[in-house]
Amino acid sequence: MKIFIPCDTAAVSVGADAVAAAVAANEPGSTIVRNGSRGMLWLEPLVEIEIDSVRHAFGPVQPSDVPAVLAAATADCAGSDLYLGATDSLEWLTSQDRWTFERVGIVDPASPEDFLAHGGLAGLTATMKLGPQESISRVIESGLRGRGGAGFPTGVKWQTVAAAEATRHKGAPAGSPVHKYVCVNADEGDSGTFADRMLMEGDPFTLIEGILISGYCVGADTGYIYIRSEYPAAIAVMQRAIELSRERGWLGDSILDSDFSFDIHVRVGAGSYVCGEETAMLESLEGKRGMVRPKPPLPALEGLFGVPTVINNVISIASVPSIMARGAAGYANLGTGRSKGTSVFQLAGNIAQGGIVETGFGITVRELVTGYGKATRTGRPIRAVQVGGPLGAYLSESELDVSADYESLLAADAMLGHGGIVVFDDSVDMARQAKFAMEFCAEESCGKCTPCRIGSTRGAEVIDLIVRGVDTEANTELLEDLCEVMRDGSLCAMGGLTPLPVLSALHKFPEDFNLKVVPRKENA
Amino acid sequence: MSKKNRDKPQTTRPVGEHDAEIRVLLAELCLEEGSLLRCLQLLNDHFGFVPESGIGAISELCNVSRAETYGVLTYYSDLRTTPRAQVSVRLCGAEACQSVGSRELEHAWKHKQSSDFDGESVETSEVFCLGNCALGPSALVNDQQIGRATPEILGQRVREILAKA
Repeated sequence: MKIFIPCDTAAVSVGADAVAAAVAANEPGSTIVRNGSRGMLWLEPLVEIEIDSVRHAFGPVQPSDVPAVLAAATADCAGSDLYLGATDSLEWLTSQDRWTFERVGIVDPASPEDFLAHGGLAGLTATMKLGPQESISRVIESGLRGRGGAGFPTGVKWQTVAAAEATRHKGAPAGSPVHKYVCVNADEGDSGTFADRMLMEGDPFTLIEGILISGYCVGADTGYIYIRSEYPAAIAVMQRAIELSRERGWLGDSILDSDFSFDIHVRVGAGSYVCGEETAMLESLEGKRGMVRPKPPLPALEGLFGVPTVINNVISIASVPSIMARGAAGYANLGTGRSKGTSVFQLAGNIAQGGIVETGFGITVRELVTGYGKATRTGRPIRAVQVGGPLGAYLSESELDVSADYESLLAADAMLGHGGIVVFDDSVDMARQAKFAMEFCAEESCGKCTPCRIGSTRGAEVIDLIVRGVDTEANTELLEDLCEVMRDGSLCAMGGLTPLPVLSALHKFPEDFNLKVVPRKENA
Repeated sequence: MSKKNRDKPQTTRPVGEHDAEIRVLLAELCLEEGSLLRCLQLLNDHFGFVPESGIGAISELCNVSRAETYGVLTYYSDLRTTPRAQVSVRLCGAEACQSVGSRELEHAWKHKQSSDFDGESVETSEVFCLGNCALGPSALVNDQQIGRATPEILGQRVREILAKA
């Protein structure tokens, strides 16, 4: 009997390891595969049992349920209360359009053979057949944009790096070797986001393949994956996958019998949120304090150690293999307007059915939150939804019909960010959330820009004064002014976007600040 | 840990005690370009913190000033200058966990910690996001991820670790 029990951190956090131990004890002859998660996190630990090549899902399974589940699997699955149906027929999955996550939860993340058996390396093979320039055109044609939040077209970025000359490290003596690099940003620090982690833990070879495609297209020789230290399992899985890829000849010299040579290294973060900003990440990769760099120069021209560098988010770069394998046109046909392809939405916070929903851009936030998510976990009414992490705006319940894509959210004074959606019920105190946004900025600011470094602390104090009813009119104006200075006077999104959650809370939930109405400033 | 606390390294061992050991640990890594942070991380992982003597050794081996080493050491919240407790409880305090009661959990856990684990080597700190945002409140007890955490579950895990030690 073949039994799949996820090794994903989310599944392990609610007992998947104990379930795996119970299965091994009860069914010693079975083959246990520790797969990634299918993304239905409220059902974890989700156990799948393969019967006649069909995987049947049971969940959530606790160790004490194991004997009954195993017994049901050998007789009639439906005899178990935990039986959900054949996994591939579950509506949560059939209604999605999985490209980036096509193998996550299905393959064994420790097995390069399994990766190959499920279409792995088809993207790289297609890329090498087309050649670098034609492949970059395909990536541009697919409409893929940066999934880290900035939304810059991935192919255009690659084009810039491909066109740049490889250079030697800044300050290196003449005659030193010249390089170009690919850096993958896996410093997924936004609250409410976990897609990077789940992809790395569930399908690490796809990320490696994406990096290889990028490196081949732009002419780079080395890739770095910068993973936050809060993700120990993802770090271990990626390191193992890199080792296995080297053994297989997928990394190293003459990859797939071509003249392309490339290697990948994992670098681990050290607990700084702002290192998720691309230039701060470069500083950290160079071993320094994670302080933001001014742009220009663009990292594409002067990036890591001063050489041309591709910086992509995990999801952006891991989307490329499926685009190259399945066709750019098919990907570009999904989505809406200039937001083409699929987005990997992450349903989080106070939500009944949290997890991963990969579908074309253009689905509404309401469909995600109440359709897939089935509203709050507590059963209380939804009051606010924060989209795009700690720097994203709070939407009120009445705004949830906004389409989840780059442009529509921007038009609603919000942002998509990394696709994380955090739901709050009616017990939330929005003044407290606004104050937290300022406090978080104060804690995590790199300190380079004064509005971010000091404005955040002042902002938290001013919110306190407003809530306490001290000189509210003047202090509200002061808060708005402060937010404007932070927005316009900070180099990166940390200080620049902290005003988004603060002002959205202030304008949409003034009663929580003990205010009646807060008029929106014309230019705010 | 708040920034205030990590600004001042507290030396608990005499300077130079680990010097020979540190030089062996860093012998290869220090030769790589831009490895200052990784050298600090290696010592932090090995000792549980970066010993005072490490600052001098790393500065010399990586050919950077003490100020630069100290600057990097104090920038990153993972890097410690004091030894770790036997059990570290890290509670997520970010938005997704706030929405399912992380503030209440923190309050209740601190109360439980002082009543049940008084005098034990247990430290509690805040972390922003463990990437388990659909199953909050999230916690990390040493290296174990805990979803839908409660004071009872945390207490049980802490007790298990203390019993094994």
